[in-house]
Amino acid sequence: MKNIDNTKNLFAATELINKKLRAQRIVKWIFGAMSITILIPLVALTTCLIIRAWPSLTWDFITDVPKQGMRSGGIWSALVGTMYTVTFSLLVAVPVGVMAGIYLNEYARDNWFTRIVNLAVVNLAGVPSIVHALFGLGAFVVFAGLGKSILSASLTLAIMTLPVIIVSTKEALFAVPVTFRMACWNLGASRWQTIRTIVLPNSIGGILTGIILQVCRAAGETAPIMFTGAVFFKAVQRGDLFPYKPTEQFMALSYHLHTISTQVPGVPESMLYATAVVLLGFVLAFNAIAIVLRTRIRNRKKW
Amino acid sequence: MLMLGALCGHICSFLTRFRRTLRIVRRILGIVSERTIVSLIFLCGVSAVIFVFGIFFFVFREGAPFLRHGFDAKEFFLSPDWYPTSATNKRYGILAQLIGTGTVTLVAMLVAVPFSLGAGIFIAEFCGKKAREVMKILIELLAAIPSVVWGFIGLMVMNPLIIKLTGAPIGLNVLNAGVIVGLMSVPIIVTIAEDAIRAVPDTYIEAAEALGATRWQLVRKVILPAAKSGLLAAVLLGVGRAVGETMAVLMCTGHSINIPFDGKAPFFHVLDSVRTLTATIAAEMGEAPRLGANTDGTFPPEALHYQALFVIGIVLFAVTFVINVTADLIVKGIRKRK
Repeated sequence: MKNIDNTKNLFAATELINKKLRAQRIVKWIFGAMSITILIPLVALTTCLIIRAWPSLTWDFITDVPKQGMRSGGIWSALVGTMYTVTFSLLVAVPVGVMAGIYLNEYARDNWFTRIVNLAVVNLAGVPSIVHALFGLGAFVVFAGLGKSILSASLTLAIMTLPVIIVSTKEALFAVPVTFRMACWNLGASRWQTIRTIVLPNSIGGILTGIILQVCRAAGETAPIMFTGAVFFKAVQRGDLFPYKPTEQFMALSYHLHTISTQVPGVPESMLYATAVVLLGFVLAFNAIAIVLRTRIRNRKKW
Repeated sequence: MLMLGALCGHICSFLTRFRRTLRIVRRILGIVSERTIVSLIFLCGVSAVIFVFGIFFFVFREGAPFLRHGFDAKEFFLSPDWYPTSATNKRYGILAQLIGTGTVTLVAMLVAVPFSLGAGIFIAEFCGKKAREVMKILIELLAAIPSVVWGFIGLMVMNPLIIKLTGAPIGLNVLNAGVIVGLMSVPIIVTIAEDAIRAVPDTYIEAAEALGATRWQLVRKVILPAAKSGLLAAVLLGVGRAVGETMAVLMCTGHSINIPFDGKAPFFHVLDSVRTLTATIAAEMGEAPRLGANTDGTFPPEALHYQALFVIGIVLFAVTFVINVTADLIVKGIRKRK
């Protein structure tokens, strides 16, 4: 009888083990609380913004143009301007970015040159947005003679968001198994034929995710368009889908938010909040689409 | 009936024609020799290098006249007098802005680093798979909030809050901008820190677990020392992000040229308004005219403002370049060791 008790005691938690486990539990709670703390702002701020914006958040607010020196009306002109720049920047950034991703994953050898290219991609992502703005001003507005226009702003945004597409394309291509490529090469296909018929179709979801993230980034940026084409105000017809020419200056949602909240006195508070909510909603919605798309691809993978 | 038949015939012939066209298009695509496409891909591949050089070249090109004509590095970096539009005595000293950027970054890192590293450790080591997925998605969403919206939050939400809590006369100051920029740099620090922690070889962890270490002992004694340089890289990238942030600091710092230090008691006044390098460019570029050179090659004094802003751009570019390259080399070093 006594013997059995002894064996039991042998495996029972000692004081030391209890102490260690207690320490672990406390630490886990602390780190958990820290993680929650950094996520609270996301939830709290979004709710706060939406509540304060509620009186102005109507369909009319979105489709109407700014009136009375931006103190009433809506945000249509800015919204369309943002769509313009996003579309134009997509047209430039997607082909270049996808091909750069293809180069880095499919063609580049593991040598010093590829390391430099990768370093350049990292740096392009890390350069402050205001320096991109200076580059856009120096290169497109002044040097290329495009003037302050949608084209200049879109090109600046395209270069700024290029790393997003390059990195996600690279990752999407990397996820396609090498065996697929080998099978194709063994059938006599060339490198480009393999990429076109096997690699790209199998990685299109991942590339699409990158493109959506690029849209988010381009829609939210303010600094790069400030000196390259965005203006304070531009008269536009209500509901007009094509109010700007590519060589004209334009209004953009992010810049509009900046100007009405810092430079126009007497704008109703709920309108300010509503503008912020529309911009935030646009960006978060696109991000959510990208996340859903990525999760579905990951779950549906055939290999 | 007849009409229907005719219609069907039309559709059929259209379809065959369409198919034929498609085939021709495809053949043409095939004929476009592989070499052309490959060289196009190569060109796009190196475009990032071209763009980085392009950024440096064009920013330098616009700022160069300022550097050539009467540039005094000592005055530029060590004088707090920034009077670019003064009628009689224009002075270009960016010390106050340098200190502004430095203090905002410092406060931002004091806010962001402990919380981000804690969250990184929690996500990598302490929580379940489901919780990890949710956390990562939320952090990604946090990263997606545009900087102008952050600035707006600082202006409309934080500003009255700080006035109420601290009794400061104005809520747009180092503290406000620091907290906002700190929140903005949280996602990148968490992501890189988590990667660094997960890159610790499994064998280390198994060895520690076999010796009976608890999770916390494992983290403290094995994982943190092993992931040290990766965590450093994460913090560096956070610093890079904070230094380069523009719109949020433009809207939250109060934008006054001021050095928030003095000889009296707390020395560092976190409730002072400051101005950063990025905000200076953003606020003043709109009013600085780009003027050409006179016939004798000299520039009118009004042209220097525009050029000085580009020189600030060069400084920012250089700082973030060094930070990014260092962080990248550290991360690469870890990967190679693995």
